Amino acid sequence: MNRGRIFRDAAAIGVAVGAYGLGFGAAGVTAGLSVPQTCALSLLAFTGASQFALVGVLGAGGSVAAGMAGALLLGSRNTLYAVRLAELLRLRGPRRQLAAQGTIDETAAMAVTAPSELAGDAFWSTFVAVYLCWNAATLLGALGAGIVDTRALGLDAAVGAAFLALLAPQITGRTAARVAIGGALIAGVAIPFTPAGVPVLLAAFAVVPAVVGGR
Amino acid sequence: MTWFAVLGTAVGCYGLKLAGWSLPARVLEAERVRRAAALLPLALLSGLVVVQVFGDGRALVVDARAAGLVAGGVAAARRAPFIVIVVLAAATAALVRAFAVYIGR
Repeated sequence: MNRGRIFRDAAAIGVAVGAYGLGFGAAGVTAGLSVPQTCALSLLAFTGASQFALVGVLGAGGSVAAGMAGALLLGSRNTLYAVRLAELLRLRGPRRQLAAQGTIDETAAMAVTAPSELAGDAFWSTFVAVYLCWNAATLLGALGAGIVDTRALGLDAAVGAAFLALLAPQITGRTAARVAIGGALIAGVAIPFTPAGVPVLLAAFAVVPAVVGGR
Repeated sequence: MTWFAVLGTAVGCYGLKLAGWSLPARVLEAERVRRAAALLPLALLSGLVVVQVFGDGRALVVDARAAGLVAGGVAAARRAPFIVIVVLAAATAALVRAFAVYIGR
Protein backbone atom coordinates (compact mmCIF):
# COMPACT_ATOMS: atom_id res chain seq x y z
CA MET A 1 0.00 0.00 0.00
CA ASN A 2 1.60 3.27 -1.11
CA ARG A 3 0.44 6.89 -1.27
CA GLY A 4 -0.74 6.64 -4.89
CA ARG A 5 -2.84 3.59 -4.11
CA ILE A 6 -4.37 5.42 -1.14
CA PHE A 7 -5.29 8.46 -3.26
CA ARG A 8 -6.84 6.21 -5.91
CA ASP A 9 -8.85 4.34 -3.27
CA ALA A 10 -9.95 7.65 -1.73
CA ALA A 11 -11.16 8.87 -5.13
CA ALA A 12 -12.99 5.59 -5.70
CA ILE A 13 -14.67 5.86 -2.31
CA GLY A 14 -15.68 9.42 -3.16
CA VAL A 15 -17.34 8.25 -6.38
CA ALA A 16 -19.12 5.39 -4.61
CA VAL A 17 -20.33 7.71 -1.86
CA GLY A 18 -21.47 10.07 -4.60
CA ALA A 19 -23.84 7.38 -5.84
CA TYR A 20 -25.16 7.09 -2.29
CA GLY A 21 -25.37 10.92 -2.10
CA LEU A 22 -27.65 11.01 -5.15
CA GLY A 23 -29.94 8.70 -3.20
CA PHE A 24 -29.79 10.93 -0.15
CA GLY A 25 -30.55 14.09 -2.12
CA ALA A 26 -33.56 12.40 -3.69
CA ALA A 27 -34.66 10.93 -0.34
CA GLY A 28 -34.47 14.32 1.38
CA VAL A 29 -36.68 16.08 -1.13
CA THR A 30 -39.04 13.09 -1.33
CA ALA A 31 -39.36 13.24 2.47
CA GLY A 32 -40.54 16.83 2.25
CA LEU A 33 -37.36 18.80 2.92
CA SER A 34 -36.48 21.69 0.61
CA VAL A 35 -33.39 21.50 -1.60
CA PRO A 36 -31.48 23.96 0.68
CA GLN A 37 -32.45 21.94 3.78
CA THR A 38 -31.30 18.70 2.16
CA CYS A 39 -28.00 20.28 1.08
CA ALA A 40 -27.47 21.89 4.50
CA LEU A 41 -27.66 18.46 6.11
CA SER A 42 -24.93 17.11 3.83
CA LEU A 43 -22.73 20.20 4.26
CA LEU A 44 -23.09 20.52 8.03
CA ALA A 45 -24.09 17.16 9.51
CA PHE A 46 -21.97 15.23 6.95
CA THR A 47 -22.68 11.73 8.20
CA GLY A 48 -24.78 9.71 5.79
CA ALA A 49 -26.53 7.22 8.01
CA SER A 50 -27.65 9.94 10.44
CA GLN A 51 -28.92 12.08 7.58
CA PHE A 52 -30.87 9.15 6.13
CA ALA A 53 -32.26 8.41 9.58
CA LEU A 54 -33.50 11.98 10.04
CA VAL A 55 -35.20 12.32 6.66
CA GLY A 56 -36.51 8.76 6.94
CA VAL A 57 -38.29 9.49 10.20
CA LEU A 58 -39.52 12.93 9.08
CA GLY A 59 -40.69 11.49 5.76
CA ALA A 60 -42.59 8.71 7.53
CA GLY A 61 -44.40 11.34 9.60
CA GLY A 62 -42.25 10.90 12.71
CA SER A 63 -41.61 13.74 15.14
CA VAL A 64 -38.65 16.11 14.95
CA ALA A 65 -37.49 14.74 18.32
CA ALA A 66 -37.64 11.13 17.11
CA GLY A 67 -35.85 12.06 13.91
CA MET A 68 -33.08 13.88 15.76
CA ALA A 69 -32.72 11.14 18.36
CA GLY A 70 -32.25 8.52 15.66
CA ALA A 71 -29.75 10.70 13.82
CA LEU A 72 -27.72 11.44 16.96
CA LEU A 73 -27.74 7.80 18.12
CA LEU A 74 -26.34 6.81 14.76
CA GLY A 75 -23.88 9.69 14.82
CA SER A 76 -22.50 8.52 18.16
CA ARG A 77 -20.38 5.93 16.39
CA ASN A 78 -18.39 8.82 14.96
CA THR A 79 -17.35 9.61 18.54
CA LEU A 80 -15.83 6.16 18.72
CA TYR A 81 -14.11 6.56 15.35
CA ALA A 82 -12.77 9.92 16.57
CA VAL A 83 -11.22 8.28 19.64
CA ARG A 84 -9.35 5.92 17.35
CA LEU A 85 -8.38 8.67 14.87
CA ALA A 86 -7.18 11.00 17.62
CA GLU A 87 -4.81 8.27 18.70
CA LEU A 88 -3.61 7.63 15.13
CA LEU A 89 -3.27 11.19 13.86
CA ARG A 90 -2.52 13.21 17.03
CA LEU A 91 -3.79 16.57 15.73
CA ARG A 92 -4.07 19.88 17.61
CA GLY A 93 -6.01 23.15 17.33
CA PRO A 94 -7.88 24.10 14.14
CA ARG A 95 -6.69 21.01 12.28
CA ARG A 96 -8.36 18.87 14.93
CA GLN A 97 -11.60 20.87 14.70
CA LEU A 98 -11.58 20.48 10.92
CA ALA A 99 -10.73 16.79 11.14
CA ALA A 100 -13.68 16.36 13.52
CA GLN A 101 -16.10 17.25 10.71
CA GLY A 102 -14.52 14.54 8.53
CA THR A 103 -14.89 11.79 11.12
CA ILE A 104 -17.16 9.27 9.39
CA ASP A 105 -17.26 5.56 8.49
CA GLU A 106 -15.24 5.89 5.28
CA THR A 107 -12.43 8.13 6.58
CA ALA A 108 -12.05 6.10 9.77
CA ALA A 109 -11.93 2.84 7.82
CA MET A 110 -9.35 4.21 5.37
CA ALA A 111 -7.12 5.67 8.09
CA VAL A 112 -7.27 2.53 10.21
CA THR A 113 -6.56 0.23 7.25
CA ALA A 114 -3.62 2.25 5.88
CA PRO A 115 -0.04 1.67 7.09
CA SER A 116 0.37 3.90 10.16
CA GLU A 117 2.78 6.35 8.47
CA LEU A 118 0.15 6.96 5.75
CA ALA A 119 -2.86 7.18 8.07
CA GLY A 120 -2.96 10.98 7.78
CA ASP A 121 -2.86 10.89 3.96
CA ALA A 122 -5.60 8.26 3.96
CA PHE A 123 -7.80 10.29 6.30
CA TRP A 124 -7.49 13.69 4.61
CA SER A 125 -7.68 12.43 1.01
CA THR A 126 -10.77 10.38 1.81
CA PHE A 127 -12.32 13.32 3.68
CA VAL A 128 -11.82 15.69 0.73
CA ALA A 129 -13.00 13.15 -1.88
CA VAL A 130 -16.07 12.12 0.11
CA TYR A 131 -16.98 15.69 1.14
CA LEU A 132 -16.88 17.00 -2.44
CA CYS A 133 -18.69 14.02 -3.96
CA TRP A 134 -21.26 13.71 -1.16
CA ASN A 135 -22.29 17.35 -1.37
CA ALA A 136 -22.26 17.61 -5.16
CA ALA A 137 -24.30 14.40 -5.37
CA THR A 138 -26.74 15.57 -2.71
CA LEU A 139 -27.44 18.71 -4.74
CA LEU A 140 -27.87 16.71 -7.97
CA GLY A 141 -30.07 14.13 -6.25
CA ALA A 142 -32.21 16.80 -4.60
CA LEU A 143 -32.68 18.64 -7.91
CA GLY A 144 -33.27 15.43 -9.83
CA ALA A 145 -35.54 13.73 -7.28
CA GLY A 146 -38.07 11.65 -9.12
CA ILE A 147 -36.07 11.63 -12.37
CA VAL A 148 -33.35 9.09 -11.49
CA ASP A 149 -34.60 5.63 -10.57
CA THR A 150 -31.97 4.66 -7.96
CA ARG A 151 -33.49 1.21 -7.48
CA ALA A 152 -33.46 0.32 -11.17
CA LEU A 153 -29.75 1.26 -11.27
CA GLY A 154 -29.06 -0.93 -8.22
CA LEU A 155 -27.68 2.04 -6.29
CA ASP A 156 -29.37 0.93 -3.07
CA ALA A 157 -27.38 -2.34 -3.30
CA ALA A 158 -24.17 -0.33 -3.82
CA VAL A 159 -24.49 1.10 -0.31
CA GLY A 160 -24.31 -2.24 1.47
CA ALA A 161 -21.50 -3.37 -0.82
CA ALA A 162 -19.57 -0.18 -0.02
CA PHE A 163 -19.73 -0.96 3.69
CA LEU A 164 -18.67 -4.54 2.96
CA ALA A 165 -15.74 -3.28 0.88
CA LEU A 166 -14.65 -1.13 3.83
CA LEU A 167 -15.11 -3.99 6.27
CA ALA A 168 -13.38 -6.82 4.37
CA PRO A 169 -9.74 -5.63 4.64
CA GLN A 170 -10.16 -5.17 8.40
CA ILE A 171 -11.01 -8.82 9.01
CA THR A 172 -7.45 -9.87 9.73
CA GLY A 173 -7.92 -12.55 12.38
CA ARG A 174 -10.34 -14.62 14.41
CA THR A 175 -11.24 -11.89 16.86
CA ALA A 176 -12.02 -9.47 14.05
CA ALA A 177 -14.10 -12.10 12.24
CA ARG A 178 -16.05 -12.92 15.40
CA VAL A 179 -16.79 -9.24 16.04
CA ALA A 180 -17.95 -8.71 12.45
CA ILE A 181 -20.20 -11.79 12.47
CA GLY A 182 -21.56 -10.81 15.88
CA GLY A 183 -22.36 -7.30 14.67
CA ALA A 184 -24.19 -8.65 11.62
CA LEU A 185 -26.24 -11.11 13.71
CA ILE A 186 -27.19 -8.53 16.31
CA ALA A 187 -28.27 -6.02 13.66
CA GLY A 188 -30.29 -8.65 11.82
CA VAL A 189 -32.10 -9.79 14.95
CA ALA A 190 -32.77 -6.18 16.01
CA ILE A 191 -34.24 -4.93 12.70
CA PRO A 192 -37.80 -6.21 13.33
CA PHE A 193 -37.88 -5.05 16.95
CA THR A 194 -36.26 -1.63 17.08
CA PRO A 195 -36.71 1.74 15.35
CA ALA A 196 -34.61 2.62 12.31
CA GLY A 197 -31.04 3.38 13.29
CA VAL A 198 -31.00 1.34 16.49
CA PRO A 199 -29.91 -2.04 15.01
CA VAL A 200 -26.58 -0.55 13.94
CA LEU A 201 -25.98 0.86 17.42
CA LEU A 202 -26.81 -2.46 19.06
CA ALA A 203 -24.29 -4.13 16.74
CA ALA A 204 -21.60 -2.29 18.71
CA PHE A 205 -22.18 -4.75 21.57
CA ALA A 206 -20.47 -7.40 19.43
CA VAL A 207 -17.13 -6.03 20.70
CA VAL A 208 -17.99 -6.73 24.36
CA PRO A 209 -16.67 -10.34 24.55
CA ALA A 210 -13.40 -9.36 22.86
CA VAL A 211 -12.91 -6.28 25.04
CA VAL A 212 -14.00 -7.73 28.37
CA GLY A 213 -12.40 -11.11 27.72
CA GLY A 214 -9.14 -9.43 26.78
CA ARG A 215 -8.55 -11.76 23.85
CA MET B 1 -39.48 23.31 12.39
CA THR B 2 -37.71 21.36 9.67
CA TRP B 3 -34.83 23.87 9.76
CA PHE B 4 -34.66 23.33 13.53
CA ALA B 5 -34.31 19.57 12.95
CA VAL B 6 -31.72 20.09 10.21
CA LEU B 7 -29.54 22.50 12.18
CA GLY B 8 -30.01 20.68 15.49
CA THR B 9 -28.91 17.44 13.86
CA ALA B 10 -25.92 19.21 12.28
CA VAL B 11 -24.78 20.73 15.58
CA GLY B 12 -25.33 17.48 17.45
CA CYS B 13 -23.49 15.36 14.89
CA TYR B 14 -20.49 17.72 14.90
CA GLY B 15 -20.47 17.75 18.69
CA LEU B 16 -20.40 13.95 18.79
CA LYS B 17 -17.45 13.90 16.38
CA LEU B 18 -15.51 16.59 18.26
CA ALA B 19 -16.13 14.89 21.60
CA GLY B 20 -14.21 11.84 20.44
CA TRP B 21 -11.26 14.01 19.41
CA SER B 22 -11.30 15.90 22.70
CA LEU B 23 -11.41 13.14 25.27
CA PRO B 24 -8.44 13.30 27.68
CA ALA B 25 -5.42 11.24 26.62
CA ARG B 26 -5.62 8.94 29.62
CA VAL B 27 -9.04 7.75 28.41
CA LEU B 28 -7.50 6.98 25.02
CA GLU B 29 -4.60 5.12 26.56
CA ALA B 30 -6.68 2.65 28.56
CA GLU B 31 -6.10 -0.77 26.97
CA ARG B 32 -9.80 -1.64 26.84
CA VAL B 33 -10.72 1.68 25.21
CA ARG B 34 -8.06 1.04 22.57
CA ARG B 35 -9.37 -2.44 21.90
CA ALA B 36 -12.96 -1.25 21.81
CA ALA B 37 -12.13 1.62 19.45
CA ALA B 38 -10.15 -0.72 17.18
CA LEU B 39 -12.93 -3.31 17.00
CA LEU B 40 -16.01 -1.07 16.96
CA PRO B 41 -15.82 -0.15 13.26
CA LEU B 42 -15.89 -3.87 12.45
CA ALA B 43 -19.09 -4.40 14.45
CA LEU B 44 -20.79 -1.26 13.15
CA LEU B 45 -19.79 -1.77 9.51
CA SER B 46 -21.09 -5.34 9.50
CA GLY B 47 -24.28 -4.11 11.19
CA LEU B 48 -24.59 -1.46 8.48
CA VAL B 49 -24.16 -4.10 5.76
CA VAL B 50 -27.05 -6.12 7.20
CA VAL B 51 -29.31 -3.09 7.67
CA GLN B 52 -28.59 -1.73 4.19
CA VAL B 53 -28.96 -5.07 2.40
CA PHE B 54 -31.62 -6.98 4.35
CA GLY B 55 -33.56 -4.20 6.07
CA ASP B 56 -36.80 -2.82 4.67
CA GLY B 57 -38.26 -0.70 7.43
CA ARG B 58 -38.78 -3.20 10.22
CA ALA B 59 -38.88 -6.20 7.91
CA LEU B 60 -36.00 -8.49 6.99
CA VAL B 61 -36.12 -9.16 3.27
CA VAL B 62 -33.97 -10.99 0.73
CA ASP B 63 -34.22 -9.17 -2.59
CA ALA B 64 -31.99 -8.01 -5.43
CA ARG B 65 -29.73 -6.22 -2.94
CA ALA B 66 -28.72 -9.63 -1.50
CA ALA B 67 -27.64 -10.78 -4.97
CA GLY B 68 -25.59 -7.59 -5.20
CA LEU B 69 -23.99 -8.32 -1.83
CA VAL B 70 -23.01 -11.84 -2.91
CA ALA B 71 -21.37 -10.46 -6.07
CA GLY B 72 -19.62 -7.76 -4.04
CA GLY B 73 -18.55 -10.34 -1.46
CA VAL B 74 -16.94 -12.56 -4.09
CA ALA B 75 -15.07 -9.53 -5.43
CA ALA B 76 -14.02 -8.50 -1.90
CA ALA B 77 -12.75 -12.02 -1.15
CA ARG B 78 -10.59 -11.74 -4.27
CA ARG B 79 -9.28 -8.40 -2.99
CA ALA B 80 -10.82 -6.43 -5.84
CA PRO B 81 -10.56 -2.63 -5.62
CA PHE B 82 -13.32 -0.79 -3.77
CA ILE B 83 -14.97 0.62 -6.90
CA VAL B 84 -15.11 -2.82 -8.57
CA ILE B 85 -16.88 -4.27 -5.53
CA VAL B 86 -19.42 -1.46 -5.47
CA VAL B 87 -20.11 -1.32 -9.21
CA LEU B 88 -20.40 -5.12 -9.42
CA ALA B 89 -22.94 -5.14 -6.59
CA ALA B 90 -25.02 -2.37 -8.15
CA ALA B 91 -24.91 -3.93 -11.62
CA THR B 92 -25.91 -7.34 -10.22
CA ALA B 93 -28.87 -5.89 -8.33
CA ALA B 94 -29.92 -3.89 -11.39
CA LEU B 95 -29.73 -7.01 -13.59
CA VAL B 96 -31.75 -9.08 -11.12
CA ARG B 97 -34.43 -6.40 -11.01
CA ALA B 98 -34.49 -6.02 -14.79
CA PHE B 99 -34.81 -9.79 -15.13
CA ALA B 100 -37.63 -9.90 -12.56
CA VAL B 101 -39.50 -7.23 -14.52
CA TYR B 102 -38.87 -9.18 -17.76
CA ILE B 103 -40.19 -12.54 -16.47
CA GLY B 104 -43.05 -10.78 -14.73
CA ARG B 105 -44.50 -9.74 -18.08
